[in-house]
Amino acid sequence: MGRVKSLSLLRSPAVRDSTGIGVAVGAAGLAFGTTAVAAGLSPAQAVFLSLFMFTGASQFALVGVVSGGGSLVAGALGALLLGARNTLYGLRLADLLGWRGARRALAAHGVIDETTAVTLAQPDRASARTAFVATAVVLGGFWVATTLLGALATERVGDLDAFGLDAVGPAIFLALLWPRLRGDGGRTRLIALLGAGTALAATPFVPAGVPVLLAASAALLALVGPDRDAGTAPAPARSEEALS
Amino acid sequence: MTLWIALAATAAGCYLLKYAGLAAPRRLLDSPWLRRFATAVPVALLAALIAVEALRGEGQPLSWDTARMGGLGAAVLALVLRAPFLVVVVVAAATTAGLRALGAG
Repeated sequence: MGRVKSLSLLRSPAVRDSTGIGVAVGAAGLAFGTTAVAAGLSPAQAVFLSLFMFTGASQFALVGVVSGGGSLVAGALGALLLGARNTLYGLRLADLLGWRGARRALAAHGVIDETTAVTLAQPDRASARTAFVATAVVLGGFWVATTLLGALATERVGDLDAFGLDAVGPAIFLALLWPRLRGDGGRTRLIALLGAGTALAATPFVPAGVPVLLAASAALLALVGPDRDAGTAPAPARSEEALS
Repeated sequence: MTLWIALAATAAGCYLLKYAGLAAPRRLLDSPWLRRFATAVPVALLAALIAVEALRGEGQPLSWDTARMGGLGAAVLALVLRAPFLVVVVVAAATTAGLRALGAG
C-alpha cells in the first residue's frame, strides 16, 4: 500500500508542478551564484544566502548593493523590504496549512513566491500541505545546488560579462514584475514608472542601495483615491499574482 | 567578517518576516490601507531594481550598455509572447552575450 501511495504521490499534479518550477528556479540559482561571487562574496557566503535567506529577489537585491560598493545597511534594508511580501503570503497560507508550533516554525522558512502560488492553487488542506512541502523541498534543493554550481564556476572562469549574465538579474526582476504590469490597472504601471524614475534620479547622489529604498515611497500612490483594484478582483486573490 | 554578520542578520530578518505572516492574526489582511500599500511596495521596488541594474555603470553612476539593454528588450519580447520564466531569463542572457560577441557595448 505504501508503495502504491508513494507512486501516486510522484504523479500528483502538485509534485509535477513543483518539479517544473524547481528546474526553472534552478537556472536562476545559477545566475545568483554567479552574480554573488562576481559581487565579491565567497561561494560559501552565496550558498549560505540561498540556504538561509531563501528568497530570491531579496538575495539579488542585497548582492546588487554589495557589488555596487554600497552600504551593507542599505542593502539589508532593501532585502528586508522585498522580503516583507513573504509576510503577506504567510497570512494567506496560515489557515490553509493549519500547522502550529515547531512545524509552523519550520514551514515558515519555505514561504516564498513559488510555494505560495502552488499551494494556494490546491483544493483542500491535505493537498495544500503536500504541494507546499514538495515545492519547498524540490525548489530549495535546486536553488542551493545551482547557487553552489554558479559560484564555483564563476570563481574559476572569472570574467562573466561575455556570457551576458549581467542581464540575468534585471531580467528576473522584470519577469516577476510582468504579471502585475499586465494584470493590474494603470495605477500599478504609474507606481512602477515612478519607482524606477525615483531610483534613477537619486542614483548619482546617494550610496548604492539607497535609491531602491527611496523608490518604495512610490507605493504611497496606492493609498491615493478610491480602491479601484478592489473593484475588479477580490482582494485576497491578488497576492497570488503579486509575485515579486 | 562584517559581511558575514550582515548576511546572517538579513537572513534572520527575512525568516522572521516569513514567520510573522504564518503566526499573525489573519485579520491584519483586512486592513485595506496596509494591503494596498503592501501590494504596491514590490511593484515600486522591482521597477527600481530593474532600472538601476539595467543602467548600472562602471566607475560612474549610470551608463548605457547596448548589449545589456538589448538583452532586456529580448526579455520583454519573450514576456509579451508569454514565454515561461526560464526562457525569459535565458533569452536575456543569450541576447546580451550574442550582442557582445558582435562587438556591441
